[in-house]
Amino acid sequence: MHSLVFIKQVPDAAQVRINYETGTLIREGVPSIINPFDAHAIEAAVQLKDKYGGNVSVISMGPPMAKEILKKALAMGADKVFLLSDMVFAGADTLATSYALWAGAKKVAEEVGSIDIYWTGKQAIDGDTAQTGPGIATRFNIPLVTYAVEIKEVDKQNKKIKVSRLIDGGMETVEVPLPCLITTEETINTLRYAPLPYLIKAAKTSVVLLNSGNTEIDAEQCGLKNSPTKVKKAFTPPKREKGEMLEGNDEKTLNALYDKLEPILKQCGKL
Amino acid sequence: MKKKDFDVIIVGAGPAGLAAAYKLSTAGIKVIVIERGAFPGAKNVMGGIFYRKAMEDLIPDFEKTAPLERHIIEQKVWLLSEDSALSGGLRSEKFNKEPYNCYSVFRAKFDKWFAERAKEAGALIITETVVKEPIIENGKVVGVKTDRPDGDLYADVVIAADGINSLLTKALGLRESITPDKVALTVKEIIGLPEKVINDRFCLNNNSEGATIEITGPFFEGMVTMGFIYTNESSISIGLGTIVEDLVKHKVNINDLLEKLKNHPIVKPLIAGGEIKEYMAHMIPEGGYFAIPKLYTDGFMVCGDAAMLVNAVHREGSNLAIESGKLAAETYLKAKEAGDFSAKTLSVYQKKMKNSFVLKDLKMYRHLPKMMEEKRQLLTKYPQFAIDAVYDMYNIDGVPKVDKIKAIKKSIGKLGYIRMAKDMFDLWRKVR
Repeated sequence: MHSLVFIKQVPDAAQVRINYETGTLIREGVPSIINPFDAHAIEAAVQLKDKYGGNVSVISMGPPMAKEILKKALAMGADKVFLLSDMVFAGADTLATSYALWAGAKKVAEEVGSIDIYWTGKQAIDGDTAQTGPGIATRFNIPLVTYAVEIKEVDKQNKKIKVSRLIDGGMETVEVPLPCLITTEETINTLRYAPLPYLIKAAKTSVVLLNSGNTEIDAEQCGLKNSPTKVKKAFTPPKREKGEMLEGNDEKTLNALYDKLEPILKQCGKL
Repeated sequence: MKKKDFDVIIVGAGPAGLAAAYKLSTAGIKVIVIERGAFPGAKNVMGGIFYRKAMEDLIPDFEKTAPLERHIIEQKVWLLSEDSALSGGLRSEKFNKEPYNCYSVFRAKFDKWFAERAKEAGALIITETVVKEPIIENGKVVGVKTDRPDGDLYADVVIAADGINSLLTKALGLRESITPDKVALTVKEIIGLPEKVINDRFCLNNNSEGATIEITGPFFEGMVTMGFIYTNESSISIGLGTIVEDLVKHKVNINDLLEKLKNHPIVKPLIAGGEIKEYMAHMIPEGGYFAIPKLYTDGFMVCGDAAMLVNAVHREGSNLAIESGKLAAETYLKAKEAGDFSAKTLSVYQKKMKNSFVLKDLKMYRHLPKMMEEKRQLLTKYPQFAIDAVYDMYNIDGVPKVDKIKAIKKSIGKLGYIRMAKDMFDLWRKVR
């Protein structure tokens, strides 16, 4: 049972502030972390490894700085980590990103053996698109299970996996043949406090660097130039104004409240 | 004992721990450094002046790659009162020639860089892991317990560079918990300003020249306090440290004191228009020579802040830490040759320290912390008197100088000739 997890380096959203004048994020001094949903994907893969054997590889695409999150992935129990880093990838949207990761994944499989389960978090907390995982699955032409909350069982013999996933208003359990791609919710597991031997192994293991030179990647499908998604404009929603408080339990206050609500209710046709 | 995992376990990735790790790794020793912060430097704070010498002895060409801000060409001391600053110091072109004496640095960057050098030399560094206690077998330290699952590690020797609150030295009974009279709470802000503005305000020719100001005097209301203003490349560090016991006695919040300093009419224009980039706080050991614990026991040595190695008078700490880490590493190498890691062999470390500038300097100032605590007039009345006297002499108001000198003599009389002479004599005698 070999797993490959796709992870993304994101700014720690809890620490990002917005410059309201320019409408941009203040990235200065904000630490970069593993996209939280992706961390649960790593944990899910490591749990399967603990139970069924095999290895866990992790790949990310980003600047050399993204090595740090891959080191973290090693400390979480991954066996091998890969970084796709090349100027040709810069500025990629989800289409170009899923292409590059797919190409990178094929290279990883050459090194570690054929992959049974691909994993990603359900979405990245910076872009919130939830498109990259499905994009990769589509290119592999393998089953896709999104919003997974529980791995029910793995049938190694018949190469099948049973997964519960969140759907509107409930949950469903699906069985799919392997290989497949699973995107995880945060609730799928609790991140473990990594044992010391994992950290020591992580400190000893280096990140394998992949680029357009050592991977079969068509530069014509990478980067900003080949990304159909264009950001037209970015704006910050106006700050919400403070609500008005009316205090009292007499008729006068009640009437004042009615006077305020009446025109609003009329306006939206409720009166 | 379980099979040893490493030759040496170093606890703490600050200058002391990293110096030991670097030195040992280059000698081919199997070393692990365990750091509790997210990365080496994440939790490390100092005023911000780094002295070259000790580091140069360890890594001769460190200046080529280390993240340094400005080399310091001017060092000033201010006696500060509510409305005046009596200034002294030295600016010298001698400080403007390589090798430079000292630099302003950011520890978060610098320690990260230092850790990379140690890694290149072969040290293993793991982070986000707390060492809780030593593992002791037959009275000897043989390893450490961490807070991680499967978290025990074994080695020939444990080097504690785990900072001012060193859990290890306390667990081994080498040191008590630090008392409020022997520790300063230091806070500082990094205030961003354009390079040119900094150059103009501090009369510097370019972005690599720097200046420092140390501040003491009656402005701090008799509390043992040292304020500081340091120039970085495109920011200014401003901060102060006060003995914790004084803060408690005076019921002063140190943040208010820093605000007060920032708003002092002489300080304010230096930082005007700047944007606060970072705020940090840390404990600085100020107990001096007498607070230094025994530096070794069976299978164990202690370095840096954990050993209270700070020279407050000269704002030195990181260089003492590096020197101590280096000497601990040298001691280990000798012990390894002998194949013996007992207290007897490791006592060489204490001897090496005694013969180094580290303990010699601290010994020279050994009486100073107590004296400052007892003779508050050194911080209040005397500097105020000096400020007033200089003001009188500079202020041309028609009063003949002879009369002014008479008046000054008279106020010395009020302060008490004999007492003042005795205090000055004491001060001279005690820093000899």
